[in-house]
Amino acid sequence: MLRDITLGQYYPTDSVLHRLDPRVKLLGTIVFLLSLFLFQNFTGYIIATVFLVSMILLSRVPFSFMVRGLKAVVILLAITVLINLFATPGIPLVSFWKFTITKEGIRSAAFMMLRLIYLIIGSSIMTLTTTPKNLTDGMEKSLSPLSKIKVPVHEIAMMMSIALSFIPILLEETDKIMKAQMARGADFESGNLFKRIKNMVPLLVPLFISAFRRANDLALAMEARCYQGGNGRTKMKPLKYHLRDLAAYLILALYLAATIVLPRIPALKL
Amino acid sequence: MSIISAKKLAYEYIRRDKDGAVDGIVRALDDIDLDIKQGDFVAILGHNGSGKSTLAKHMNAILYPSEGTIWVDGKNSLEPENMWDIRKTTGMVFQNPDNQIIGTVVEEDVAFGPENIGIPSKEIWERVEESLKIVGMYAYRTHAPGKLSGGQKQRVAIAGVVAMHPKCIVLDEPTAMLDPIGRKEVIRAVRALNDVENITVILITHYMEEVIYANKVYVMDAGKVVMEGTPREVFSHTDELESIRLSVPQTTKLADELRKAGVPMPKGILSPEEFAEALCRLSSTM
Amino acid sequence: MSLIINHVSYYYNKNTAMEIKALDDVSFKIEDGEFLALIGQTGCGKSTLVQHLNGLLKPHEGAIYFNGENIADKDFDLHTYRGKVGLVFQYPEHQLFEEDVFTDVCFGPKNLGLPQSEVELRAYEALKQVGIADEYFYQSPFDLSGGEKRRVAIAGVLAMKPEVLILDEPTAGLDPKGRDDLLHLIRNLHDKNGITVILVTHSMDDVAAFADRILVMNAGQLVFDDEPRNVFANEEYLNRIGLSVPEVTRIMHLLYQKGLPVRQDAITIEEGLQACLEILR
Repeated sequence: MLRDITLGQYYPTDSVLHRLDPRVKLLGTIVFLLSLFLFQNFTGYIIATVFLVSMILLSRVPFSFMVRGLKAVVILLAITVLINLFATPGIPLVSFWKFTITKEGIRSAAFMMLRLIYLIIGSSIMTLTTTPKNLTDGMEKSLSPLSKIKVPVHEIAMMMSIALSFIPILLEETDKIMKAQMARGADFESGNLFKRIKNMVPLLVPLFISAFRRANDLALAMEARCYQGGNGRTKMKPLKYHLRDLAAYLILALYLAATIVLPRIPALKL
Repeated sequence: MSIISAKKLAYEYIRRDKDGAVDGIVRALDDIDLDIKQGDFVAILGHNGSGKSTLAKHMNAILYPSEGTIWVDGKNSLEPENMWDIRKTTGMVFQNPDNQIIGTVVEEDVAFGPENIGIPSKEIWERVEESLKIVGMYAYRTHAPGKLSGGQKQRVAIAGVVAMHPKCIVLDEPTAMLDPIGRKEVIRAVRALNDVENITVILITHYMEEVIYANKVYVMDAGKVVMEGTPREVFSHTDELESIRLSVPQTTKLADELRKAGVPMPKGILSPEEFAEALCRLSSTM
Repeated sequence: MSLIINHVSYYYNKNTAMEIKALDDVSFKIEDGEFLALIGQTGCGKSTLVQHLNGLLKPHEGAIYFNGENIADKDFDLHTYRGKVGLVFQYPEHQLFEEDVFTDVCFGPKNLGLPQSEVELRAYEALKQVGIADEYFYQSPFDLSGGEKRRVAIAGVLAMKPEVLILDEPTAGLDPKGRDDLLHLIRNLHDKNGITVILVTHSMDDVAAFADRILVMNAGQLVFDDEPRNVFANEEYLNRIGLSVPEVTRIMHLLYQKGLPVRQDAITIEEGLQACLEILR
């Protein structure tokens, strides 16, 4: 059920990407996402595809595992594709009733679909290869200059990492409460929208109470273990750049340059 | 040497009704005297709501006495500058294993405490390794805590406390949510801490079978300590224990019944093995 | 009432690399008015089995028949069935959600589509059965003590008037007196109201004191289906699958090993006392 959502869940294995510094991966993801919107023609997609495929291979995460994550956003994908397909003006190819499919429509729908899929897979490669803890550490460190202007960077990072680690626990809890209320005859599946929302009360109230109780317990446990914010804290695994991280930055720079320059070379315009 | 001692310790809180008006004052702890020595294995018994968790929270400077004083390693918890020292001296393990895990990997969770008190990274690695070995969870150091069993999670929580090198560990019903196997694992780990590492253990529980390893038992009811002594002494008062919502192990109960039937079984028998020995001796003299 | 579990198998993550057989060809029959205990190590399939009995999960192989009808059939009225085979989950107090105790207990019977007067009557009766006094009826369930909350939650299932009541570790987290009180309450429901009870538990002492029949599960299989004293005769095997015998039985076995001619089938304090007295005379 709910546990089937694998989009962006950490996949434990050992690969170059897993070992990279999270800061590199954060920047890398941003660069990749930006690049997707920088080019308009086919050449750009070839470069992006080569880059993405090599990342997938390097990550050693089974491709099927990534694809399963896509299921969650299939509807979103379909809507975008349909809008692009029918709403792009241009040379009509097929038309029926009020709908017209244009050549440009097909092109832009295909590009948009690719772009979205790349976007999702690209960003999920980051979360698949980085533990939530590492990810928040990376953000904390990258954003640490902000703490000079009184932005509570450490606290935000800590909150994020706790929230992330509680998601599976709360999903399991939701499943359990749902079953328990179904055993009391609750119906979560039928009725109109309004009724369905009303039917969620027996699920949501216990869930919120449980979340609050957990939050309380956790705060107490953290306090008992001498947590007092970011000041004076050390790290078991402090972030340190290695040679491979520098190499990765270099590759990223090359990739960015390639996506900007290559599609603009007339001979390579496809 | 005393590691935790309390004199006339009392804790009161104000109870409010739905509208926030004061409904009454609850005296959750009442006139408690304690004297726990370094290296002791102490059990605190009591029914739900008897004040045992409230007492535990005083040992870690999470709650402060309304009256009286508690000293942890000679430090008065009422003096604010002692708070972090006290929390470093006594570690706490709580009931729900899911709600005290902070890291997403076992070793990172164990490192959380040492990180908070500013231990250098190299030493954190050593401490994490050492404490995971003590509780027998070293093989799981790179696992996700969510996938572990309840007993394993609690052992990780214990390791997290051990890594802070406390002199004393307070466990607040660490086995209440576990199955019998998990319960055994946790108690075994706790006993190892006490025997091998000589860490003072304060175990709060209402499972009578877990108390028999302690060298001292405090029994609480309505915020007061109503009995103290060795497990054997405490468990020879079956009727008193039952009158405060507690019970004795089945073995002790059976020995009691035999005594009532006129068989001179010794008082305070705790384990089936002891029982069998005693009865054999009796049957050969009869 | 008759409930037949016929060669039921169930898999988690079916048809994937992570497939786990949670139930493996489980068959048994539940008779009217029985007091059954279901025991087994965590992860042995107990919870999966219990969820099948209540129709929350559907078997991949085999079938469950209630009064002769397959509960997985399309036209089977699962809604009404869940009222007849009531399931109380572990820590049931975590499912309380209404503003007051009485309304919360009304939730179950209301879902059965009964008229309001009947719903209230049943809620009232159920709360009386679990021993909740009138003055608590209009309090918030969240203000009650742990033991009281649990009773209210059990009343929430009782109000559906189940013929079979399944309780998943109902005494977890309670203190000894609370455990005792709740078990006696369950025994009363069984004895006075004739409800068939299935108790999922880790406490062998409770099993010995209350159940007429034990189902023992291990790795998805039903390995024993017998009277408590017959099951507890297999101490070594039970230890091997992570279970134990009641302390009294353990003592009897030890005495026997020491050469005393003691009856070994004692499982309760009362029986243990008799057995000991017999050899001392």
